[in-house]
Amino acid sequence: MARIRSKKDLLKLQESILAERRVDKPLITLCSGTACCATGSDAVAEAIKAELKKQNLDVVFRRTGCHGFCERGPILTIYPQGICYLNVKPEDIPEIINRTVKSNEIIDRLLYTDPNTGKRIAKESEIPFYKYQTRLVLGDNVRIDPRNIDDYIAIGGYQALAKALEDMTPEQVLEEVKKANLRGRGGGGFPAGRKWEATRNAPGEPKYVVVNCDEGDPGAYMDRSLMEGNPHRVLEGLIIGAYAIGAHHGFVYVRQEYPLAVKNLTIALDQAREYGFLGEDILGSGFQFDVCIHRGAGAFVSGESSALMTAIEGKVGEPRPKYIHTSESGIWEKPSDLNNVETWANVPLIIQRGADWFRSIGTEHSKGTKIFSLVGAVNNTGLVEVPMGTTLRDIIYKIGGGIRDGKKFKAVQTGGPSGGVIPAQYLDAPVDFDELTMLGSMMGSGGMIVMDEDTCIVDIARYFVDFLCDESCGKCVPCREGLKRMREILDRIVAGRGREGDIELLKEIAQVMKRASLCALGTTAANPTLSTIRYFHDEYEAHIKEMRCPALVCKDLISYYIQPDKCIACLLCLKNCPSGAIEGGKRKIHVIDQTKCIKCGICYEVCPPKARAVVKISGKPVPPPLPESEREITKRKK
Amino acid sequence: MEGIDPNRVDEIIDRYRGERGILIQLLLDIQAEFNWIPREAIMRISERLHIPKSHIYRIATFYKTLSLNPVGRHLIQVCLGTACQVRGGPKIMDRIKESLGINEGETTPDMRFTLRRVNCLGCCAMGPVVVIDGIYHGKVTPSEVKGILECYK
Ligand SMILES: Cc1cc2nc3c(=O)[nH]c(=O)nc-3n(C[C@H](O)[C@H](O)[C@H](O)COP(=O)(O)O)c2cc1C
Ligand code: FES
Repeated sequence: MARIRSKKDLLKLQESILAERRVDKPLITLCSGTACCATGSDAVAEAIKAELKKQNLDVVFRRTGCHGFCERGPILTIYPQGICYLNVKPEDIPEIINRTVKSNEIIDRLLYTDPNTGKRIAKESEIPFYKYQTRLVLGDNVRIDPRNIDDYIAIGGYQALAKALEDMTPEQVLEEVKKANLRGRGGGGFPAGRKWEATRNAPGEPKYVVVNCDEGDPGAYMDRSLMEGNPHRVLEGLIIGAYAIGAHHGFVYVRQEYPLAVKNLTIALDQAREYGFLGEDILGSGFQFDVCIHRGAGAFVSGESSALMTAIEGKVGEPRPKYIHTSESGIWEKPSDLNNVETWANVPLIIQRGADWFRSIGTEHSKGTKIFSLVGAVNNTGLVEVPMGTTLRDIIYKIGGGIRDGKKFKAVQTGGPSGGVIPAQYLDAPVDFDELTMLGSMMGSGGMIVMDEDTCIVDIARYFVDFLCDESCGKCVPCREGLKRMREILDRIVAGRGREGDIELLKEIAQVMKRASLCALGTTAANPTLSTIRYFHDEYEAHIKEMRCPALVCKDLISYYIQPDKCIACLLCLKNCPSGAIEGGKRKIHVIDQTKCIKCGICYEVCPPKARAVVKISGKPVPPPLPESEREITKRKK
Repeated sequence: MEGIDPNRVDEIIDRYRGERGILIQLLLDIQAEFNWIPREAIMRISERLHIPKSHIYRIATFYKTLSLNPVGRHLIQVCLGTACQVRGGPKIMDRIKESLGINEGETTPDMRFTLRRVNCLGCCAMGPVVVIDGIYHGKVTPSEVKGILECYK
């Protein structure tokens, strides 16, 4: 690879890559993010390679990053037709190659079927999950092999960097980002341009720029997908930012749980160095910059800006008081700018297409798009990128395909452990930074966990408090002790030992934590609890006063019971029960011995759908067991 | 020495020669090599890099990935991220705990399994997720747990 020394060089390289890649050749792409690798993408890839070799076919095969529709992966797309097959297995490959690649036939069974109309859809872009999205940031994931920089250059990659370095001064770049009003995608939504400016103007050299790919919010994975699927895009944004700020050294902080992201990023850095996008005299501009990777060792609090910076120094990643801004004194006490992966990935777009274009998307105070990770009790789990201001209903129903198994929507949780739940009456609220905050939740990093009627809201509050209790660094008292006490209270409520006044006590502790904690982990920690109390007060009351869990989740408040008139004596629950709590036999109605039952729910799971004899009971006593003499099933059930 | 190769520790230390702020990266590499942080490794790092042992212990106990206890032959990671949580992850965790008779973070006395909880592996579409020795098991139900565990001896 030759170093690229100017914008002209870069355009020439792009041309030559495109010329070499004959577009008339058939192309097969296969997504290979973590989720798809887990569902067998590697085996599918092997099968494709073997079949192409066996038949000696002149077909290009490319393994791309995550397409975001992880529910249905691995996803295979055949170009030029754009035919998209879902849930592909290795044994499907010979048929796909013979029928679709060679003879242009469509294999119906591998297509997406619209659950409402039953219609099959062949083109990826026509599938509702994709059709209603605006994939400005995520879209390129399906077009490139993240381990091949030429793929990125072929689609115009690094041209924003070339533009910035050749046609713009650092001040102009900064102005453009400020004008675009790009707000941070990692948490608070602070304007990126203002943070850049503060770092730029802060006294002290050297300055540092940092990518936050810690993604601690459990249930969110957009940063991982970007880093795995399109690392050059993030890198390009980072280099542009470094140029505007005047930094010559950057860090990428990636959580250790994302090995594929670390791997793809390492490859990307090497390739970028070879072409001269990193190192000395980048693109002949005289600007010098390089990056190293720092793996996080697993601590949620280390995603907080000051904590992350101490972790990069090799110390315990604990936060410090906010009055010292990291833009003035960050890594090694030097001015440092930290932005989220998605924030950086937006930068090349803004430089390339202009702040005015960027401002034309979104709402008044939240510009551009946002990627959400739509997960939980929704039909189409996956990554969803929509303009700011799209309603929750559009995201969950139009794109997400509604709630699983025909269940009822209960609430959606956004903002991770610092956010809150939003109930059904606000489904038509437009999603942007300010609106979510008003509803008592927040944007956070974009996790969107959909909950159906089977989710116990008190249990969810307990879950987040438990999570945060584990993750609190313990440095400040309100957070350390407050969370512990909240956990105690919630634990006793879900165990049926809740007391009168517990709800008020929770609120009081929340107030103190909000005012007195050291970092945002503590000040926002009570949000999940407060928002669940706000919208689901009656569920708390049911737990405390009636010892009843309306969603039938809390183990201590429910019992499993086999309805005698429905039991078909199939022996399934009896054989599967791990604690031998079920009595019965052939043609003998099964009965659960409540004293032996450990409430693992296996009987409920294995009871055949045609019988549905096992039910959960809460808040009232379990009917006494049928006398031994009445358990014989004499008549055959219809 | 509990059978750890001191040369491996030295090799890992040498990877980072002269760099600043490398202690966490170094410990992660040690963890990857031995599956835990043996005491001898800590002594060696302290000696060679002149870092107080107390400082290394502070880091090793703060971060979740780093373990001061040996890990069993098979590492089970049960995801209890929010998505897996609402899809029944806790039931899977309960089943595994009952089957193995150990708690989160513990190892079976025969060193066959170590059980850990993780918060989101980024493949929520497959939830609830259980990863054993790097192999992902998706959409696990409580009744499947026994069969899955039996595959690992
Ligand atoms: C406890 C805690 C955890 C955080 N974790 C993350 C994280 O995993 N990823 C992230 O991008 N930001 C995280 N943040 C937000 C960061 O502190 C910081 O605001 C953000 O990375 C700045 O980037 P942005 O302005 O581009 O959003 C966390 C904040 C707190 C208080
Ligand atoms: S919550 Fe389990 S993989 Fe994301």
